[in-house]
Amino acid sequence: MPLDPRAAMHAAIAVPGVPRDADGPVFREPWEAQAFAMALALHQKGLFTWQEWAAALAREIKRAQAAGDPDTGETYYKHWLATLENLVAEKNVASRETLHRYRDAWDHAADRTPHGSPIELRSEDFG
Amino acid sequence: MSGHDHDHEHSELSETELRVRALETVLTEKGYVDPAALDLLIETYEKKVGPRNGARVVARAWTDPEYRKRLLADATPAIAELNYAGRQGEHIIALENTPKTHNMVVCTLCSCYPWPVLGLPPVWYKSAPYRSRAVSDPRGVLRDFGVELSPDTDIRIWDSTAEIRYFVLPMRPAGTDGWSEERLADLVTRDSMIGSGLPKHPNELG
Repeated sequence: MPLDPRAAMHAAIAVPGVPRDADGPVFREPWEAQAFAMALALHQKGLFTWQEWAAALAREIKRAQAAGDPDTGETYYKHWLATLENLVAEKNVASRETLHRYRDAWDHAADRTPHGSPIELRSEDFG
Repeated sequence: MSGHDHDHEHSELSETELRVRALETVLTEKGYVDPAALDLLIETYEKKVGPRNGARVVARAWTDPEYRKRLLADATPAIAELNYAGRQGEHIIALENTPKTHNMVVCTLCSCYPWPVLGLPPVWYKSAPYRSRAVSDPRGVLRDFGVELSPDTDIRIWDSTAEIRYFVLPMRPAGTDGWSEERLADLVTRDSMIGSGLPKHPNELG
């Protein structure tokens, strides 16, 4: 299946809680669409089934709620992102340390990029 | 960081954006995702991301002449009237399309791209050759996008800077007399607000 709106609609139905309208998923911010699309791509690579994803996401939401998450729906994609990070680590695609190193590198890239220029990652950003 | 650094001098990514970028980079390097395929999918959600304040702003300007005047005089407070709070220091200028002048905006896609107003940026914003061709051959680029303008219409290209964002106030489509603001807003596409397209034709609304 190609990475297309049909696959997205399928995911939005298979996973409970995905904010959507009649056409498919809807997003509050651009990063949410990116996080959604990455899960779709990993699913197509066979890294997980939607059933497995839904269970992992439910665990993450439960964990967050126990830690005081307001559970207003606004944090849905925060949990989605955390689930991506969890599964990527559990499936040995990338460790938490690796993800953290790249996060710091992007932070460094943003810091040295003048306001108004596109932010690009360079090798020098890895300290 | 020294006390003399100010946030507006360098770029800023939120903690969440940093994590998303980190994931995407790692997954790309490991061959799990193809950024171009992600972009193509995300582009199909052009109208499904964010509050799409810009469409409301345009529709208000089409129906309320006083608002239109305020918007063209100083867009930042006019947009704020509709409860859109921009980032600090951000200055937005509305460019009015007329039968004589068509405006088009190009952008480097820095961290302050005003997505709450314009929606998701088009994929071609990332392509430097396309951006420079928009400057050197705007009529050709518009033709690529299926927009054929009268030869009498001048095309002006605006490059977003660190301090100034632009958005285009397109011309109200004919055949929409008496339409409500809400219905008009449905005609306003992202492309029409950056000038790489025109608003939808009233017949195109399902």
